[in-house]
Amino acid sequence: MTHYLEFEKPLAEIEGKAEELRAMARASEEMDVDKEAEALDRKAADLLAELYKKLDPWRKCLVARHPGRPHCKDYIEALFREYTPLAGDRNFADDHAVMGGLARLGDQPVVVIGHEKGHDTKTRIERNFGMARPEGYRKAIRLMDLADRFNLPVVTLVDTPGAYPGKGAEERGQSEAIARATEKCLQIGVPLVSVIIGEGGSGGAVAFATANRVAMLEHSIYSVISPEGCASILWKDAEKMREAAEALRLTAQDLERLGVIDRIIDEPVGGAQRDREATIAAVGATIGAMLDGLDGLDREGLIQDRRTKFLDMGTKGLAA
Amino acid sequence: MNWISNYVRPKINSLFSRREVPENLWSKCEECGTMLFHRELSDNLHVCTSCDHHMAICPRERFASLFDGGVFGEIEVPETRPDPLQFRDQKKYPDRMKLAQRTTGEAEAMMVVQGEIGRTPIIAAAQDFSFMGGSMGMFVGNAIITAAQAAVQMKRPLILFSAAGGARMQEGILSLMQMPRTTVAVEMLKEAGLPYIVVLTHPTTGGVTASYAMLGDVHIAEPNALICFAGPRVIEQTIREKLPEGFQRAEYLLDHGMLDRVTHRKNMRDELITITRMLLGEGPAIMGDLPAPSPETEQQAPPPADTAPTGAEGSAEAEKA
Repeated sequence: MTHYLEFEKPLAEIEGKAEELRAMARASEEMDVDKEAEALDRKAADLLAELYKKLDPWRKCLVARHPGRPHCKDYIEALFREYTPLAGDRNFADDHAVMGGLARLGDQPVVVIGHEKGHDTKTRIERNFGMARPEGYRKAIRLMDLADRFNLPVVTLVDTPGAYPGKGAEERGQSEAIARATEKCLQIGVPLVSVIIGEGGSGGAVAFATANRVAMLEHSIYSVISPEGCASILWKDAEKMREAAEALRLTAQDLERLGVIDRIIDEPVGGAQRDREATIAAVGATIGAMLDGLDGLDREGLIQDRRTKFLDMGTKGLAA
Repeated sequence: MNWISNYVRPKINSLFSRREVPENLWSKCEECGTMLFHRELSDNLHVCTSCDHHMAICPRERFASLFDGGVFGEIEVPETRPDPLQFRDQKKYPDRMKLAQRTTGEAEAMMVVQGEIGRTPIIAAAQDFSFMGGSMGMFVGNAIITAAQAAVQMKRPLILFSAAGGARMQEGILSLMQMPRTTVAVEMLKEAGLPYIVVLTHPTTGGVTASYAMLGDVHIAEPNALICFAGPRVIEQTIREKLPEGFQRAEYLLDHGMLDRVTHRKNMRDELITITRMLLGEGPAIMGDLPAPSPETEQQAPPPADTAPTGAEGSAEAEKA
């Protein structure tokens, strides 16, 4: 069953009607509703295209968080062969909010790391809704070290509301773990490419996305704070999230203009959740292209490339 | 113009400085409620004389008490593009900036200086919590990069005093990007084999803690400073339970292995000198109040152009034109 977002209500009505008509037709043989149903389908398709042509930033947030979007696990299963998960930070625990391990992209062995949110109540709780604890970042550090030692490219998939704000996470040094993960991203002498597939939530995202190349799905977001959090601090009213989403410039389109990301991956009409296979394939093609683009760089060149990229960031401003 | 733009003689400066002449001559300790006379308070480095609570201290005053003879030279930080996102909440960002500049008398939330402590030349940077909560935006990022580059060039250690609520929301994603940017700065220091000492002061939270403030060779905190990634209020809302007394305070972090030391402000200078000199492999310093260094020592300063971070060349050019 399709999970409709709030702004998709009119669409849900039309699609519901078409469905109803078809159900009636199936029940009584004399009725011929094909024409009407097709007309409704066309209307729905037009409306869908219209709705998604110009999503405002808040709606983008809703789409980015849509439960039906492909998650890290879906990408890993579809795009990589021989995925071999590697667990644990060798210190405290294995964080299930972070997936990672060895895998093959085509023939090339790589290390893949990403946030996994889960897809139903059970897995969401198991994955802590994609909010990593220090163990998760430390696992990522360990895997990046492994990649560096054996000269394997690193692919990260970012999809997190943010690092987990909990008592244990703080006790075990959440900030230190994030800082070290960001540092590790900058230190490794192998290609590091990152795709923001849903939510790029603050420091929890930076820890994986300090990469040579960063791509974002068309309707994903990347922000210093959630619009709700920003609204409650600056507007003193969490209900002002629409305004906050607007002000924060968190859409892929704004971030490309600001020079923060390198490319945008188009999503199917109606968002990634409406054609998961096509989305996953597009992400796969982009990962391949980004890695190919780094072919000429040696270890030193890759490290330097990352440094320069981030030192230069912010000089662009909004072109608009 | 010389990059050591102006020497600040605290004694003379105090006659003119806005901060030294508070409208209200008395301030109340937020911890124990004692009323403290402003002179008594500044003589005591803004530490409450009755309960030892460490209050906020602005970078200028901190540097005046840190450096030999109270003398330090300010290092210019390349300007940034103002209001890069055209951010507007209930107020426009440029209006918030103007207000902060008016109330603090400073241009931005971080100050970078050079000078000597116990005859040891260092670069120091301090965040100003009174300026928009010390928040980290493009400028603070540039300041840390400038500080690191100056340290590398002059082969000096960097001592950084952190104090911030976190990233500056009004610069959105660009403030978030200061996490990797400042981490690059720390990398430069490490590569050059120079000590990087972080003094975490109240409060150091959010993206600041999760980048340069937690990457020091040595971490020292002031007593009772709040140091965390997520603030206590956010955590209480998430886990729906009351947090224990002293949670996320300096002593708690020391217990949990995140800090090397918790040090009273009045002992900080001596401790920094001791640690720095040992890391540099130099002999013990002469402690106590030292006069300002002789002028020859500063003439080895490098030209200004080299201290500009690559990322800010555009704005530096624009300024010249």
